[in-house]
Amino acid sequence: MNYNWDWGVFFKSTGIGSEIYLDWFVTGLGWTIAIAVCAWIIALLLGSILGVMRTVPNRWVSGFATAYVELFRNVPLLVQLFIWYFLVPDLLPENLQEWYKQDLNPTTSALISVVVCLGLFTAARVCEQVRTGIQALPRGQEAAARAMGFRLPQVYWNVLLPQAYRIIIPPLTSEFLNVFKNSSVASLIGLMELLAQTKQTAEFSANLFEAFTLATLIYFTLNMSLMLLMRMVEKKVSVPGLISVGGK
Amino acid sequence: MMDFSGIIPSLPGLWNGMLMTLQLMVLGVIGGIVLGTILALCRLSSNKLLSNLAGAYVNYFRSIPLLLVITWFYLAVPFILRWITGEDTPVGAFTSCLIAFMMFEAAYFCEIVRAGVQSISKGQMGAAQALGMNYGQTMRLIILPQAFRKMTPLLLQQSIILFQDTSLVYAVGLVDFLNSARASGDIIGRSNEFLVFAGFVYFVISFSASFLVKRLQKRLTV
Repeated sequence: MNYNWDWGVFFKSTGIGSEIYLDWFVTGLGWTIAIAVCAWIIALLLGSILGVMRTVPNRWVSGFATAYVELFRNVPLLVQLFIWYFLVPDLLPENLQEWYKQDLNPTTSALISVVVCLGLFTAARVCEQVRTGIQALPRGQEAAARAMGFRLPQVYWNVLLPQAYRIIIPPLTSEFLNVFKNSSVASLIGLMELLAQTKQTAEFSANLFEAFTLATLIYFTLNMSLMLLMRMVEKKVSVPGLISVGGK
Repeated sequence: MMDFSGIIPSLPGLWNGMLMTLQLMVLGVIGGIVLGTILALCRLSSNKLLSNLAGAYVNYFRSIPLLLVITWFYLAVPFILRWITGEDTPVGAFTSCLIAFMMFEAAYFCEIVRAGVQSISKGQMGAAQALGMNYGQTMRLIILPQAFRKMTPLLLQQSIILFQDTSLVYAVGLVDFLNSARASGDIIGRSNEFLVFAGFVYFVISFSASFLVKRLQKRLTV
């Protein structure tokens, strides 16, 4: 068990085609970003709808949203992923099932499963943030809008949500970063995203410390840049005098 | 159709899996809190070097996925132990996963403990020092007991998250609750039913635990 350090390993040939190990990392990063961004779009849309539903003055509507949040928050992500990947396709109608299991290429079906899974999983968390944001607003906002003759959808769309989103940008940022980190579970159903590529590099080259160090650096840089990006967004959309920006 | 009758004969195996899950969680939480408290004290210390090091540790572990840490440690711990001890020490997946959980969770627990300590009013520190206590005594006898009481709900919440996250040990083949459900289901060709059952059990446990934590939180806030 002697270990040969070699930081140049990333520029060595993988032995497959003309690829070097660095190419694998680039491909993996691409997959990670693709999964996370697609899942985030679902999470943001669905989470916002659910968040609004939780604050609506109707017991059934808010009850449904609460049940959704509890369900998706109390089952581990990996169990949810297996359910979407192994179980749900079996429940589809026969012709859809055949299409999903046979006509689609395995990578595509795994990608669909993981994006849906992560999207719905994160939606529950986004929902809670949106709800917090709406409830943090002074009650007078809703009352004033109503008094001016806005209907309920207009109250939300024109008055409550634009303010709520601005308040919750920091916690939403951390959910956004979580999607990137959570997308690593895709490696367990065979998608070659960043973690899977790292593992493969470690196995092929036997330089596991170098491979995992690079992966860590990539995740770290990704995190930092997304955080800076979201700070810029926060500054850009802030309404002067309404909410203090930057926190610190 | 779904047929759940195959689960009953498999219950002993599933129970063993659950014991593994609980073991990982409990030891991970204990190790995480101990290490996290030390880190938090470093972060709050007036020593720039210590506080920056602890800060870097926390930032580092919070920006990488837990699954990456588990996988990496699984592969790396045998090498590292060999460098330290100079001989081949066989380490199982259990030990490497446990180390991964402790070190990873410590970063999250550190932030909770830090917030807890910072929430204790400055006067407590001053009063303790005025009574002639040194730093260690002040922390041990005055600040930390109050801080821990305040942050109990948060620590429990984080433990519930860890309970769910232990399922990631699937990646290194450790037979926890999820993995034993997968294995038993595969054997009798009823993997879907076992998956639903596993999800249900995780749900019931985390849901009731979160419910109790919420009640505790209400009782603690006067």
